[in-house]
Amino acid sequence: MTINKQVIKEHGLSDGEYARITAILGREPNLLELGIFSVMWSEHCSYKSSRIHLRNFPTKGPAVIQGPGENAGVVDIGGELAVVFKMESHNHPSFIEPYQGAATGVGGILRDVFTMGARPVASLNSLRFGSFENKKTAHLVEGVAAGIAGYGNCMGVPTVGGEVYFNDCYNGNCLVNAMTVGLLKKDKIFKGNASGIGNPVIYVGSKTGRDGIHGATMASDVFGEGGEERRPTVQVGDPFAEKLLLEACLELFKTDYVVGIQDMGAAGLTSSSVEMASRGGMGMEIDMDLVPRREEGMSAYEIMLSESQERMLLVAKKGAEEEVEKIFRKWDLDVSVIGRVVEGGSIQIFEHGKLTAEIPVKALTDDAPLYDRPSKRPDYQDELQRLDITTVPLPKDLNDTLLKLVSSGNIASKEFIYRQYDHMVRTDTVVPPGSDAAIVRIKGTDKAIAMTVDCNPVYCYLDPFRGGVIAVAEAARNLAVSGASPLALTDCLNFGNPERPEVMWQIKEAIGGIREACLALGVPVIGGNVSLYNETSGKAIHPTPTIGMVGLIDDMKYRATQWFKNAGDDIFIIGAIGKGIGGSEYLRVIHGLEKGGAPDIDLATEKKVQDACLHAIKAGIIVSAHDLSEGGLAVGITEACFNPEKLFGASVDFEMGDLRPDELLFGEAQSRIIVSVNKKDVKRLEEICVGAGAVLRRIGKVTKEPQLTINGFISADVSVLISAWKETLPAFIHNSKAGV
Amino acid sequence: MKFAIIVFPGSNCDHDAYHVAKHVLGQEADYVWHKEVSLKGFDCVILPGGFSYGDYLRTGAIARFSPVMSAVVDFAGKGGLVLGICNGFQILTEAGLLPGVLMRNKGLKFICSQVKLKVENNSTPFTNQYKPAEITDIPIAHADGSYFAEKDTIKLLEDTGRIVFRYCDANGQASDSANPNGSINNIAAIVNEKGNVMGTMPHPERACEADLGSAGGLSVFKSILRGFLK
Repeated sequence: MTINKQVIKEHGLSDGEYARITAILGREPNLLELGIFSVMWSEHCSYKSSRIHLRNFPTKGPAVIQGPGENAGVVDIGGELAVVFKMESHNHPSFIEPYQGAATGVGGILRDVFTMGARPVASLNSLRFGSFENKKTAHLVEGVAAGIAGYGNCMGVPTVGGEVYFNDCYNGNCLVNAMTVGLLKKDKIFKGNASGIGNPVIYVGSKTGRDGIHGATMASDVFGEGGEERRPTVQVGDPFAEKLLLEACLELFKTDYVVGIQDMGAAGLTSSSVEMASRGGMGMEIDMDLVPRREEGMSAYEIMLSESQERMLLVAKKGAEEEVEKIFRKWDLDVSVIGRVVEGGSIQIFEHGKLTAEIPVKALTDDAPLYDRPSKRPDYQDELQRLDITTVPLPKDLNDTLLKLVSSGNIASKEFIYRQYDHMVRTDTVVPPGSDAAIVRIKGTDKAIAMTVDCNPVYCYLDPFRGGVIAVAEAARNLAVSGASPLALTDCLNFGNPERPEVMWQIKEAIGGIREACLALGVPVIGGNVSLYNETSGKAIHPTPTIGMVGLIDDMKYRATQWFKNAGDDIFIIGAIGKGIGGSEYLRVIHGLEKGGAPDIDLATEKKVQDACLHAIKAGIIVSAHDLSEGGLAVGITEACFNPEKLFGASVDFEMGDLRPDELLFGEAQSRIIVSVNKKDVKRLEEICVGAGAVLRRIGKVTKEPQLTINGFISADVSVLISAWKETLPAFIHNSKAGV
Repeated sequence: MKFAIIVFPGSNCDHDAYHVAKHVLGQEADYVWHKEVSLKGFDCVILPGGFSYGDYLRTGAIARFSPVMSAVVDFAGKGGLVLGICNGFQILTEAGLLPGVLMRNKGLKFICSQVKLKVENNSTPFTNQYKPAEITDIPIAHADGSYFAEKDTIKLLEDTGRIVFRYCDANGQASDSANPNGSINNIAAIVNEKGNVMGTMPHPERACEADLGSAGGLSVFKSILRGFLK
């Protein structure tokens, strides 16, 4: 095939980028070389539009062992242990083929974690779908949930938490962000590094097929009509092969044969070989004839660009080839020495004994194009932030409003989804899905880790900076109410087309907000992923910078869940009552408005509130603690009544000042936690809050009767509320199938 | 006493069974790779849950051909205690050590959830530490757990006390609404004729410590241990 303008365009490269390639090589590239440049310089692999902004993240901290740049970040948790975690998107493939797209997303993030030498101990996911009215939504929900379950369950890694959002803005682009947390010994961390001239480069795992060729390029483009035609670029997962690969790798890591290892994820053999050589400052030669293949007649181009799953590339010590092979053979996996580490800093690809491609690796990695794309605050932004509350009619029946909110898609129970996930395997899940954060114990210690994923896309749409701040603050708050101190975070930055200045503005603002919150709360970023071009036919998703955060509980005796547990306990709010209904689910669901800016947040106050709650949990006086978020106070208290063991009620009555009833009940003011405590501990709680500088206010008590009353505005039967809350998702899926 | 935990390619509850035997019960335990051919020196064999051979073809259908299975059949033939949990139960039916078959759940989806079980027979080596008709909480996690057998077989199992656990509601009623997967007669666990081989879809090894939400499965392991100590 001759390389002409059409071919270059099909490879997603601009004219300027092509000129740069010829300058680097000092000649025209051949097709194989063009393909390699294409995937390595794709947005997905190179972060060319976001990299200069990502540098603003704080990435260091006393506990950080490995920050961004490796397969996953690593944080010290004391003793000889560290946790490894990362989140990654698999948005484009999941929209095209939901089961396989989501399944291979899980497979990819698991490999990122175990390639570091860790055993994966928990997974989470953040899922965003279009509205219930959109015809494709139910199909995507079912496929994505089944795909995550199909892969994660087979791997024996519990899926312990996540979030599910529905919004029109995802009608043409669903988001599937998968996160995995692993555990390893600090002195046994493996990296994607190729070093030692002459060391063998070994391919392990499944054979290479023709699937997923140019997946990374697809993920770096917008969808037009007929995006489904790209189905062949979606990979097919084999969790059984990956389970074998996991066990074989962990067995290998007990030896000292490994120099470096990296998973073959996006851009497959190309990115793994090039990135390993680049990190090691070496070159690498690999022979296509030695790569295990599923079918005959595959070209070097297809082999290098395939995204077949469940494969790893490792560099071993010279002479250890046989021992390495023995381990993978035991697990019935393919293993083949396909090349070696060489001097010179180039990737050299041989086929039938002939050198068919040669590219300096730095040109593909560190020296890839970097864009400071123009950004511009959208003209519509001012209008979005304007809201005159007097134009919002107060609902006549606030009980009915509460019922509508608890049964709306974003607030309703997600049990229909998470009961498909094995969230108990490994017998460490002490707080399963359903509470603010999941908690997984660490056997052989008193410790546990808490984890959560968070992002409110409406806030980010109305105000991307503050939306970024709140995503981090809420994630940390979810950990604090569980009794965990935040260790670090990983992010998945999902946005539209960065070539549009308005989208670029959203990206910069959100990153700025995340940075500010990280600094204020002392939580470093240790890795993540950027997914751009999430738009269809010119319509971008709301900015969705998903935050995945992990925290440490030193003594797992002191932990909390969100549910009331004893009738007669006093209910308090830590934090101010707060004004405003901007950006709320109440406005969106009841009044059909996405307006009014994101809620105010003061990070110093946020920190005090979280510290007070954490301190009180560690003092052993907190019976329940729940972060107030979507749906505000009324929904938060309702959720606290939904104890899975036994329903409770609450009698809430307090001085509300000049708030409107809907502001009081459903406003989403930030930095608020509701806790329940036994009467005898009230004084201690007051002391702790004074000490932390946090406002504390008693608002009511827990009742045995499942009846909820709030300030004379709400008087509702909790058993009616919970039925509606539970029924929403199953009914939606059922009715969609039945064509209702 | 010493437990053997069989490891098939794709087993993933092997560590959990090991943890209970070794650290909760304080007994000896070893993993046994599926290519081993001897179970000498072991007092109880556990076939753990998971996805042996990726559930390809049919759950448990390939694992039954693993070399270790001849040793398991011999071990059971000599009266040794064999406990198959979830995928282990599926393998035992495929291997012919237990009657019937586990079919796809009635809702066609994987279900992970705490369920209530009624102890139907507390005189087996696996349940002697339960009270008669005790109601206990043990979780399930499977896509293929709907127990099915021919009418005559079911009648035989019912008549001879070989149904060990039944899915039930809070009052102990084996109602339809308490049946998570469509099993005939709400059957959750059965034993063989001699009573020394049990297959259970619920995971007792996941319910041995209060921190995990229920310790309702611990009596299964305590029962096994008691039989050994006697």
